[in-house]
Amino acid sequence: MSNTTNTPEIIPSGPALKIDGLTVSYGDKTAIFAVDANFPIASMSAIIGPNGAGKSTLLKAVIGVQPKLSGQIHIFDNPIENNLKKIAYVPQRVSVDWDFPTNVIDVVQMGLYRQVGLLGRMKSKQVSIAMECLDRVGMADLWQKQIGQLSGGQQQRVFLARALAQDAEIYLLDEPFSGVDAVTERAIIDVLKSLKSKNKSVIAVHHDLATVRDYFDYVLMINIKNIAEGLINDTFTNENLQSTYGGKLELTHAEQLFAPKDRATK
Amino acid sequence: MNTFVQAMLFQAGYNVALVTVGAILLGIASGSAGTFLFLRKRALVSDAIAHATLPGVGVAFIIMVWLGGDGRSLLGLLFGSAITALIGLFIIEWIPRRTRLPEDAAIGSVLGVFFGAGIVLLTVIQTMSSGRQAGLESFLLGSTAGMLFQDAVVITIGGFLSILGIWIARRPLTIVAFDKDYAISMGYDIRKIDLLMMGLVLGVTVIGMKLVGLILIVAMLIIPAVTARFWSNRTDKVVVIAGILGGLSGYIGAVLSASAPSLPTGPIIVLIAIVLFVLSLFLAPNSGVFSTFIKHRKTKSYIHRRQGLLTIVKGKNIASSFTRKLLANEGLSGSDGLTDKGRKLVTKILIDENRWIAAKEIYPDKDMNIDYGFTPIEETLTKEELVKLDQYIKSHKFKSKTYDY
Repeated sequence: MSNTTNTPEIIPSGPALKIDGLTVSYGDKTAIFAVDANFPIASMSAIIGPNGAGKSTLLKAVIGVQPKLSGQIHIFDNPIENNLKKIAYVPQRVSVDWDFPTNVIDVVQMGLYRQVGLLGRMKSKQVSIAMECLDRVGMADLWQKQIGQLSGGQQQRVFLARALAQDAEIYLLDEPFSGVDAVTERAIIDVLKSLKSKNKSVIAVHHDLATVRDYFDYVLMINIKNIAEGLINDTFTNENLQSTYGGKLELTHAEQLFAPKDRATK
Repeated sequence: MNTFVQAMLFQAGYNVALVTVGAILLGIASGSAGTFLFLRKRALVSDAIAHATLPGVGVAFIIMVWLGGDGRSLLGLLFGSAITALIGLFIIEWIPRRTRLPEDAAIGSVLGVFFGAGIVLLTVIQTMSSGRQAGLESFLLGSTAGMLFQDAVVITIGGFLSILGIWIARRPLTIVAFDKDYAISMGYDIRKIDLLMMGLVLGVTVIGMKLVGLILIVAMLIIPAVTARFWSNRTDKVVVIAGILGGLSGYIGAVLSASAPSLPTGPIIVLIAIVLFVLSLFLAPNSGVFSTFIKHRKTKSYIHRRQGLLTIVKGKNIASSFTRKLLANEGLSGSDGLTDKGRKLVTKILIDENRWIAAKEIYPDKDMNIDYGFTPIEETLTKEELVKLDQYIKSHKFKSKTYDY
């Protein structure tokens, strides 16, 4: 895949994804309230917060799945409306029916539907792009497999391959490591890091606080409202975690998170 | 019987041939459009809008008579039915979006209210124009009797257009049915695509009213699709197979109906579709009831045989009586331990077991836990990988070798 052609010659200085005052509600229940965020270009950003904090809702509102009550969303300083093609979305694995009659390569080719157009044929070029994306997530051997026969981790990797096929600038992932095996987690993180090295921006809803430091370099902490945002080292602190999770975060858990760093500084 | 054979060969008269062609096209269109309906889980919506066509038929008839016409023009009646069906569709879409009522309540209400209104209108029409028995009740269950040439033409053209529409929109329809959120993120307007799908379904419903009738048209949309699902695991193929099954049902149904004109056409076509469904349910090669049963038995025996023999090799007792019986029945073990046949198989199993253990060591990136022990390793790894694996097992690096035999 021509990863170089779509990369901007000069990397813009502003944020990849900028959110201003985003509010979303389900009926009369507020899911997220006046959230601001500035996810930087060419970095890996995590969105963290307790269950029901509105992390997935935030992503869904960005791509337009969930209607927003108010707020502006810009990507590379342009309104998102005409720039959706710069975004590739990886939904939660559990959001689809895996008994659907389709196989691995068909799912990955969905990422190319926009490229080939309504009536265009999937030519050998598209097939090879799809195979290459499968290869990047270590799934090339299983290209003909019915999706229902895949393990959870393999399903997640197929979804990632489909997003790769879009050759986008910004990758939005909703809990990509949820319920996957160690092999898959490593495969996914390798792919995401390679995206970052190609100046792509990765934004993921993440639930495993233990790996935030290893995987990400930027973090948005929310609980309905903004709690904190910034580079991991400045922002991912015990204090911010406590105010994000409130009593839900065990103190011992927090201590474990910070133990290695404290040891290093001593 | 003679009429039956003649009808089959399109030789039972011009009209019957025309009806048969119409039924085939309608079957193809309903089967393929219905596949997307089934995959998008919208079967009940289509049932409701089919019932919502009835008041439109009545109103259109009254208006046409009032304007001094005959009132039985198929095109006019279909136009009227499409209008009320669209209103019904709009209400079904609007209620859950703007009120606290869930979609199933909306579907139920629309179906009941519209169908009830339609029946009332039909009754009024029967008293109103006693001289002109319009035969509108044939729209309920379908009829080929008294079908005019132009009616068949309407059905044929409508069927063609629906099939064309499905072919053009196949990708958006597929992606929306599989993963709605992802489709939105790709920039697809799913309201438009859903509307297009319901439009195609509505088209099939409206042109199918004369032949199959509005009560049973949902069966022609769903049954071929569900049947086709037994025969393929890929959307495009399911669509084509559903079209073929629908066309076949239409063909046989129309022919049967021609040889027995007193029977209503719709139920016959639907019954044929159901026969095809039941046959597939039991006989389909991969997901049919029989093959699933046989596959399950095979896997069960494979595992009991394998684990039982491994237990004997380890010098332990087999706890499961099923395993003991299986090994005895297959002549693998007798009263004094393994037979020759059993020993041969054990050698094979131990090779397989060692290969699985070694495979986990040299291919840590493949997650093979799903297949470990369930299937022979040859089905998971390629030939080259197996060669590499065996070299590794022979080398001194492989230390976790299981029990030698």
